[in-house]
Amino acid sequence: MGCWPDGLAEIKPTEPDTGNAGEGRPVIDTTHASSRPRVAIIGAGAIGLAIGWRLAEAGCAVELFERGAAGRGASWAAAGMLAAGVETEPGEQPLLALTRPSQALWPVFAQELAAASGLDVGYRDEGTLVVALTRDDAEQLRNLAQFQRGCGIELTWLDGAGAREREPYLTPRVVGAVFSPRDHQVDNRRLVTALIAAATAAGARLYEHTNASVDLAGGRAVGVRCGDRRVPADIVVLAAGAWSRSVDGLPADLALPVRPIKGQMLALRMDPTAPLIRHVVWAPKAYLVPRRDGRLLIGATVEERGFDGANTAGAIYGLLDGAWRAVPALEELAIDEMWAGFRPGSRDDAPILGPSGIDGLVLATGHHRNGILLTPITADGIRDYVLTGALPEVLQPFGLARFTRPRPVAAAAHA
Amino acid sequence: MPQDSLTKIDDHLVIAGQTLRSRLFMGTAGYPNQQVLLDALDASGAEIVTASIRRLNLAGDAETLIDLLGDRYRFLPNTAGCATVKDAILTAELGREALETDWVKLELIGDRETLYPDVEQLLQAAAALVAQKFVVLPYCNDDPVTCRKLADLGCAAVMPLGALIGSGGGIRNPATIELIAARSPVPVILDAGIGTASDAALAMELGCAGVLLNTAVAKALSPVRMAAAMRDAVAAGHGARHAGRIPKRDYAEPSSPQLGLIGA
Repeated sequence: MGCWPDGLAEIKPTEPDTGNAGEGRPVIDTTHASSRPRVAIIGAGAIGLAIGWRLAEAGCAVELFERGAAGRGASWAAAGMLAAGVETEPGEQPLLALTRPSQALWPVFAQELAAASGLDVGYRDEGTLVVALTRDDAEQLRNLAQFQRGCGIELTWLDGAGAREREPYLTPRVVGAVFSPRDHQVDNRRLVTALIAAATAAGARLYEHTNASVDLAGGRAVGVRCGDRRVPADIVVLAAGAWSRSVDGLPADLALPVRPIKGQMLALRMDPTAPLIRHVVWAPKAYLVPRRDGRLLIGATVEERGFDGANTAGAIYGLLDGAWRAVPALEELAIDEMWAGFRPGSRDDAPILGPSGIDGLVLATGHHRNGILLTPITADGIRDYVLTGALPEVLQPFGLARFTRPRPVAAAAHA
Repeated sequence: MPQDSLTKIDDHLVIAGQTLRSRLFMGTAGYPNQQVLLDALDASGAEIVTASIRRLNLAGDAETLIDLLGDRYRFLPNTAGCATVKDAILTAELGREALETDWVKLELIGDRETLYPDVEQLLQAAAALVAQKFVVLPYCNDDPVTCRKLADLGCAAVMPLGALIGSGGGIRNPATIELIAARSPVPVILDAGIGTASDAALAMELGCAGVLLNTAVAKALSPVRMAAAMRDAVAAGHGARHAGRIPKRDYAEPSSPQLGLIGA
């Protein structure tokens, strides 16, 4: 294996954790490990790592290929909000079929991951507050909350005093808020660190700073290529996030509808023993996410800028202004970090999961802003698909085929 | 496509010598996602779509707005977010180069809270862009004098606001819009303020040549249905305007004859 660059991790497989793993989901028989498919995964972000962990745990030989450092793309840039509720917008109801069950999987997923990795992922369940700072905001929030309640999302309306009771540092100008008890958060950076540990402990091999292309032969994926080296595999999983479309070796007509959607963010530093806020707070122009270590994340822009990763004055100004209007006291805090990441946006903001139309090539990409939230359901679903050949029902509406169906109203524009 | 003869529009909007088959212009911002945007634009029947040059990825990448819409719609690049003449001209030039169109929707915003046009800057920028052979469609106040000056400068159309951008406030000054439309030597496109279909129909009944809208569709509970409603409203309002409405009366006028009743 002398051609691998430095930094590749090869850990000998360890016995899969048999604690409470598998509770509440189909039991995977790991006694015939040799008959398990050999799986190559392109992309070691949260999605690729979690799929690799689950498959390695089930006895597959798993190799993960990452163009950069594992977990340092969108998974690192994210805020880790598990907000199936308050982020639901009109027009995106179909996504609830995936986000809600994944949200429900999260507490057990976090426990299993902690057990498998020995690392805590910083799961916090205080819930989310969406605050209105003006009458216009309040009208808009009532309208949105009514829609979200209609989708079956549990929400409580609070007046200004009620909102400040929960978060005393909110501006006295807050006129109302929605409290969403089920929208929790996880520390996404701890998450990927734990996933790397769990996947490698379960026997997955991780190759970082390694560009892998899909190896196609006779119309099916037969492995990956790294430079002139071929790595055979029974199944190749494409989990390359915003870079999925540009992975080499994909046929031109596959044309995955995935693009990078830039998000800029920053973090301030609070006193962890006296944090300014404890809930995730959505203000009209920015959201604020408090971490246990005292970091206060503020995000995020949504920009169509390709892979331009610059932090810009206007974006940082806008985020700080938006956050300051909700929590004025944060003006005293030190700036810890600024960064930008690239959400893998699909055309309808929902992920692209399952068959690619090419034998042996499985898709797990396009998670947009929901990658962390959808990690458990994606990992479990793709594992089951790889092991059984049957795509779980919950993933079926999210296949690539939905983009190739003719649109019923398409003729109108050309009338 | 068969059309109901009652709603058929047999005249066409012409701007800068170009014949357009739809009088509805659609913005492309703020949709839940690209698929909803594509479906809503389809349902709207619009031919021209506008997008902020500053918001567009012009690098020729896949899955950008230009990639998805470029071969199906005419792009009207706009200068949203520009606050100075210099800014607006540079942005317009960038749009011309990247999108290969001389058309530009000129926006010069004077105030971030209200997004009201800055008339002084707007007139200067319009003159400069007309001199550079742009086809200029300025977003402007609902002010007959400003609209007239913009037309006299050589703008291809004028786009007065109905209400504040994104407010859904409807048409705040219908009498002024009607006055502008009656006197304008160039087409008047009502821009901004549309909240629902009746607003769009009213704009057309007041004599506007077209309607440009965005938020009312993008943020509707069902953007695709609202887009179809807007298409119908624009057609209905235009049809009603040219059908000639009846005068308003203070007292009732029975629609059935009152003489010759049975048993009289």
